[in-house]
Amino acid sequence: MAGLLFSFILFGVGAVASLVFARRGRWSSFAGAGGVILGCTCGIFPVLHVVMGAPPQSLRVAWDVPYGTLYLTLDPLAAFFLIPIFLIASLAALYGTEYLEVYRGRKEIAPPWFFLNILTASMTAVILAHNAILFLMAWETMALSSFFLVTFEDEKETTRQAGWTYLVASHTGTAFLLVMFILLGRHNGSLDFDHLSVSSGSGILFALALVGFGVKAGFIPLHVWLPEAHPAAPSHISAIMSAVMIKTGIYGLLRVLTFLGPMQAWWGLVLCVIGLSSGILGVLFALAQHDLKRLLAYHSVENIGIIALGLGVGIIGVSTGQSFVAVAGFAGALLHVLNHALFKGLLFLDAGNISHATHTREIDQLGGLLRRMPATATTFLIGAAAISGLPPLNGFVSEFLIYLASFRQIVSTQTSSIVPMLASISGLALIGGLALACFTKAFGIVFLGQPRNECAEHAREVGFAMLGPALVLASGCVLIGLFGAVVVEAMKPLICNVTGLMSADVERDLAEAGNSIARIGAFTACVIVLVALLALARTRLLSLRKVSTAPTWDCGYANPSARMQYTASSFANPLTESFAMLLQTRETLTGVQGLFPDKAEFHSHTDDLFRNRLFEPLFHTIGRAIAVLRPLQQGRVQLYVLYIAVVLLVLLLWQIG
Amino acid sequence: MIAGSTIPLIIALTLAPLMQSVISRTKAIVAGRAGQQIAQPYRDLWKLLQKGAVYSDTSTWIFRMGPVVTLASLLLALAFVPFGGFHSLAAFSGDFIFVAYLMALGRFFTVAAALDTGSSFEGMGASREVTFSSFAEPALFLSFAALVRYTGRLSLDPVLAAIGPRAWASAAPVLSATIAALIIVYLSENARIPFDDPTTHLELTMIHEVMVLDHSGPDLAMIEYGAALRMWLFAAIIVGIAAPWRSGNRWVDTLIGLAAMLTLAVATGLIESSMARLRLLRIPQLLLVAIVLSALALAF
Repeated sequence: MAGLLFSFILFGVGAVASLVFARRGRWSSFAGAGGVILGCTCGIFPVLHVVMGAPPQSLRVAWDVPYGTLYLTLDPLAAFFLIPIFLIASLAALYGTEYLEVYRGRKEIAPPWFFLNILTASMTAVILAHNAILFLMAWETMALSSFFLVTFEDEKETTRQAGWTYLVASHTGTAFLLVMFILLGRHNGSLDFDHLSVSSGSGILFALALVGFGVKAGFIPLHVWLPEAHPAAPSHISAIMSAVMIKTGIYGLLRVLTFLGPMQAWWGLVLCVIGLSSGILGVLFALAQHDLKRLLAYHSVENIGIIALGLGVGIIGVSTGQSFVAVAGFAGALLHVLNHALFKGLLFLDAGNISHATHTREIDQLGGLLRRMPATATTFLIGAAAISGLPPLNGFVSEFLIYLASFRQIVSTQTSSIVPMLASISGLALIGGLALACFTKAFGIVFLGQPRNECAEHAREVGFAMLGPALVLASGCVLIGLFGAVVVEAMKPLICNVTGLMSADVERDLAEAGNSIARIGAFTACVIVLVALLALARTRLLSLRKVSTAPTWDCGYANPSARMQYTASSFANPLTESFAMLLQTRETLTGVQGLFPDKAEFHSHTDDLFRNRLFEPLFHTIGRAIAVLRPLQQGRVQLYVLYIAVVLLVLLLWQIG
Repeated sequence: MIAGSTIPLIIALTLAPLMQSVISRTKAIVAGRAGQQIAQPYRDLWKLLQKGAVYSDTSTWIFRMGPVVTLASLLLALAFVPFGGFHSLAAFSGDFIFVAYLMALGRFFTVAAALDTGSSFEGMGASREVTFSSFAEPALFLSFAALVRYTGRLSLDPVLAAIGPRAWASAAPVLSATIAALIIVYLSENARIPFDDPTTHLELTMIHEVMVLDHSGPDLAMIEYGAALRMWLFAAIIVGIAAPWRSGNRWVDTLIGLAAMLTLAVATGLIESSMARLRLLRIPQLLLVAIVLSALALAF
């Protein structure tokens, strides 16, 4: 615990120092990044210690706040979520030292460093907090510090809008959490996590947790802030938010599950439905996007869906007494939390490299970047294959566990509980196919072919501080793909804790799942060897023969231009057409007209369905309904003093009477 | 669990090109032509291996990775498929998921290689490929689910071993619906009529062939051989369900399997001769039929 307390101090020092050195050029960046990196390094040791099997550590100090205690606990569940937080935050801080340099002179860059330290500290506190008041305070600090990071480029109208959406969404979620914790603590009169328990109605509490944490995690239809806020934020902040901050929602949900007593099958069913709709709609909306970071943001919704699906399958396993299904489902979901942090962090950082080098995030403006930015391209390729769930990378391992859990339930039971499993299998298959379509589009159009405009033509590879983090994350993707079994078997205490299953059962089932994953690791190593051998064989064959280059075959037309290439929109068109009912893409076309036609134009834009059809009308109605209260707000101080006096008087009378 | 036999793999590696040869011969006979010799695919592969290569000047190392990754992933995937009386080379719990994703890996790189040329034709083919495979994946996985639920096994080799003549007596509806779904997926994934016409000469209408327009020499040989292996893989699974007779002698069983493969190839040729390819817009609908069929197999 001492190590973690010391990291809080380092985050604090980093935050203050970055402001103190605000006028000292790069010193501010070094101070801010130094705070985050040193703090994370310091904190990772106790965390790894607990993951390796050391007993949980606690620290409890009395606090003046009613019902509040400064109660921190580092248990296996907390430790597991802290690993990606420390990893991604420190890499993002390193990345930021170079990324933020272009803003120097135009904007103050000390505040983002200040808030980055606060954000990292508050995420750590959210995970460690073992008291509801402390948890909610950390939760709010996290929301506010990330709000200030999202609105870094507040001179842009869209960024301010995005920040506003994010703020409203976050607080709506917190409102649900507040009610949930009050209901949980009512029974024992304490808000320490040890004493939270359910007297009755665990279903309502589950629903409150689902909404409250679901907003942060980005479950559909609560995801509306995600595709706005992630593209607006600076890229290293998007990486932190998407890779780890939204996972605090998953953490919260898991933590609350441990208070709620025996799991019920319908919770699992609800999570499966949420998971499938988030997964499928997330990837469909991603396919229709033209902005690279917006596309990635929708993929976060998709991956959160896969995580929810794993949890749902696991809960159904627990409630039907299928211990292997429970263990593999939860293990898959938890591993996907880690995996998504790795590849999504990687992809957002690479997206940052691209917009840094070309000043655009429009996929259809780019092309041919592989020759110009080879390291960015290679790491992006690894991230793209990983997020599409392809072996030999990590995304496949976690999806495999969820598949395996679902197939196992089909074999083991004859009850109606196989229906959600079949939905999960076919849903995962569809998500896999669509994700492959989406990432061949993103990688292919951005990095391959010829550059579609001058910015892409003159792009240069970025510096080491921006490449290094991506390289680390890419190697993480490969390592988990090969040695996922090690990670899975280390999850034992954590899964026992969440599912409440017997330790021996969990150990047996994890060993069985780990066995399959170890096989996958070995066979994927075979793929890599086979690829190398075949490539070598081809080189040998071609070494003695004539190898030449020629223009791309374009059916006899030997002078293809960059503008003739297939675009991202046309690539995704057959799929977006098939799902046009859900996507409701707006298209404007000024076709070729007349004998001497002018320029023809085509625009398409896919808005968020839920934002337009659900939340806008809803907030509009609420706004109109409470407009009647407007006369109360006159803006005169005297009037407000009167209100306060009246309320106090009423409370006093109520108390006496 | 590498205690299986290398025989299924060896048979697949040597005889896979024959399937395509039988199909085109069948089509030729139905059309009243003499058709190519049975060994023609081998000659083509040999000829391509002797050649040099021409690469598009737009392309990068991704383009050269395409054929290599596709072939490597198929070679590995075949290790999990049993044949005749022989067990597959390798098996583990959930291996069919791995096989399906290995093929997806190959697809990813084929599509990336197509986009690497910057040709709009190849982009078009790539776009169609990812679209149709997105619909084929759920059908494939639901068919697996039906087989897994019926046999109670979680690995391809035991699943196919558990299906015998008795299974057909007791569960004919399940197995025939599954086979129907798998045949649709087999035709779609292997770019056959009614999904795609491998012999068409108009780039605009192709799906799979147009993606590999720019490959030549040994690269093209790897692609052609990979296509043959992919077809063998699907066909071997279908035959494993459809012709489960076991004589007791593994070599006789293998001969039965080969005869069934031959029948499937001839049937494919007859399908190709008797119908036109579908309009591209209709293809997802046929794949939805496959999804419905496999869901039906689960409902029985």
